[in-house]
Amino acid sequence: MKELSSVQATSEKGGWPQPQLTFSRLMESRNFLGFLLVIPAEAILLIFLAYPFVLGLWLGFTDTLVGRKGEFIGFENYVSLLKDSTFWLVTYNTFFYTIVAVILKAILGFALAIILNRDFKGKGLTRAIILLPWIIPTALSAIVFWWLYDSTFSAISWSLIKMGLINHRIDFLGDPNNARLSLIVANVWRGIPFFTIGLLAGLQTINPTLYEAAAIDGAGSWSKFRRITLPMVVPLLAVVTTFSTIWTFGDFQLVWVITKGGPANATHLFGTLSFQRAIPGGHFGEGAAISNFILPILVLCVLISFKYLRRED
Amino acid sequence: MEDKEFLEGESEGLSRRDFLKTGLTGAAAVGFAGMPLDALAQKAKKAPAKKEPAGPPEPPEFKVEKGAVLRVLRWEVFVQGDKDLWNKNTKKWEELTGCKVMLEYIGWEDVRPKAAMAASVGAGHDIVLGWHDDPHLYPDKLIDVTDLATYLGKKYGGWEPVCLKYAINPKTGRWIAIPMGGPVNCINYRESWVKEVGYGKPPSDIQEFIKMCKKLKAKGHPPGFALGHAVGDGNNWTHHWLWTFGGKCVDKGGNVVINSPETWNALEAVKELYETLIPGTASWLDPHNNKAFLAGEISVTTNGISIYAAAKGKWPEIANDMNHVNMPIGPVGRPTELHLFNQAFIFKFTRFPNACKHYLMFMLEEPQAGPWIDAMIGYVAPGLKAYKKLPIWTSDPKITPFRECIANMLWNGYEGPEGPASAAAMAEYVVVDLMGDVCVGGKTPKEAALIAEKRLARYYKKATPKAAPKEKKA
Repeated sequence: MKELSSVQATSEKGGWPQPQLTFSRLMESRNFLGFLLVIPAEAILLIFLAYPFVLGLWLGFTDTLVGRKGEFIGFENYVSLLKDSTFWLVTYNTFFYTIVAVILKAILGFALAIILNRDFKGKGLTRAIILLPWIIPTALSAIVFWWLYDSTFSAISWSLIKMGLINHRIDFLGDPNNARLSLIVANVWRGIPFFTIGLLAGLQTINPTLYEAAAIDGAGSWSKFRRITLPMVVPLLAVVTTFSTIWTFGDFQLVWVITKGGPANATHLFGTLSFQRAIPGGHFGEGAAISNFILPILVLCVLISFKYLRRED
Repeated sequence: MEDKEFLEGESEGLSRRDFLKTGLTGAAAVGFAGMPLDALAQKAKKAPAKKEPAGPPEPPEFKVEKGAVLRVLRWEVFVQGDKDLWNKNTKKWEELTGCKVMLEYIGWEDVRPKAAMAASVGAGHDIVLGWHDDPHLYPDKLIDVTDLATYLGKKYGGWEPVCLKYAINPKTGRWIAIPMGGPVNCINYRESWVKEVGYGKPPSDIQEFIKMCKKLKAKGHPPGFALGHAVGDGNNWTHHWLWTFGGKCVDKGGNVVINSPETWNALEAVKELYETLIPGTASWLDPHNNKAFLAGEISVTTNGISIYAAAKGKWPEIANDMNHVNMPIGPVGRPTELHLFNQAFIFKFTRFPNACKHYLMFMLEEPQAGPWIDAMIGYVAPGLKAYKKLPIWTSDPKITPFRECIANMLWNGYEGPEGPASAAAMAEYVVVDLMGDVCVGGKTPKEAALIAEKRLARYYKKATPKAAPKEKKA
């Protein structure tokens, strides 16, 4: 009893308070410390990623207008969109844009990576230059393409006319199909470096002895590529393609700067239509619903990509 | 008597005292919001004359809150003189009141989303200089400025009819915004080329206008009108084109009526016009026609004063050879123009409502507004009629046609109500695409009109009825 009193007395005098002891022990716990250290990152993710994401999902189920709080309307926005011819046109545009652009980026990016994987003079400089389209802010490169595709002042048209190859200016953005292809070219130009650099990293991890062994066995270039290079980089190719698909599917800047979705909605994508209806159009609920359409499609893309990967394995 | 009955019958929600307070301008607007502008003007003329006290009206007393700091959002200027004078006048107001104004200029297309955000979250700029239907997207979030609008109207010769349509909440008959005027468009043309094909100036009759365009094209000087998703230029001329043939998106009740013989006629005519245009106009955004005109690639286009202003500075030979006229008129026989329309509104969340009103009043009083409008060299035409007498409008005859543009204009969503549906229809470029579908999309006029009808129905069916009950709740 006496001992207890003396401990209490010590504690009251500021000797060794119990709470500090507990905190100190907690700090020594790996689990608690780990949790504590990730709190800032988790908070940032929650506030800036999870909250807007959940809010976007919720808005898609409401009839929120600019300045007016919406009410829950279930799937009304989605049903309405499925009956909207513009939405179906935009769905077609988005799939066409994504599929063609990603395939082209993958082929050209892979080819470039193989070239850059070889030894030649100025390899370092070339690799740096290849990265430029990726480094330049998209809005800036979009403005450059906007000028290149100008119906009156296009440098491409001007050059071809001067070379005597054509006798009239090309209507890059005025014709629906031309406009779609022109935007795809701009997107491919911007996206190739991502594939090139990503796949180049993969190529450099392939052990050269594999190629040497194959050469001894009499394998040609095509066989080496098909039997060694491709299988070795497929996992990386799948990851890079998935990322590129996600970005291309959700593209906004290029289209908004160059065509604003015109002519006659021929170049609108989910991202641009969503923005147009939500912000200038004031229909937040419907805009969010269009964005939400992207989500299951992208999840599906990822699943297909990984399923294909496993089959390849 | 007839007018009195009409006014009283239509002015539901407005007390007799309010009516007397708001005076003729405000009262004429009450309940008339759904009327055509010419009918509005006639009613206003017929209204019994009131005995007004001699001299200018007394300004309403706005007791400026001490130490007020106002945050004002407005669009980045098209003409430098606009900004210089706006800033200078703001400084004068700060010196007069001892208050502060934090001015923020942003791209004109970005004002709507930013204002919308302020309306949604209930915080942000106290005053916004927004566009078209903005105040009608969140009318219950805005301060009533009927007292200020009535005073300004009385003092400066009244408001142009379209101002009533844009600035008055049709449900309450109260002013929720102060019209600042509009960066308006005229036909810009090269005098020598137009003379070359036998015209002194572009004809005001639309069929004759198309004939002139054909002749210009034949001479190698094609016209150029933006048919891409050009927010200003594209929407303005295509809406005018539709309306001048008698077509319209919706009727007074907001019922979609675009699929009509009048619309088909407008589309047949626009196809004829399109064949005369320089290739590529289907992709044109707002800056394209300026560049093409200044490069001598096109002979005729629709634009504000900016081409002329730029030409005077850098290409005097073009400035000397160009001129302006108002838009050609079609079968309806009266002007049906559409222009960007700018208006200032004050959010209810402001802590300084009186300072906000006082600031706007100060900015629109003649000592400030006169030099400001002059400095804009005709780019922004005023909503207050007295300012059409300013020297700028006659100092250069090439500027004069812009003066009448606000008087000539209808409102976005004519002849239906302003609100979320009309804003969405414009943001969706329904009318621009309607023309585009026929000109480049390979659709027949009837097919294109049917597409537009379906697109409009999505907004006019669902937005209008749902908005009403929420208003009551608020």
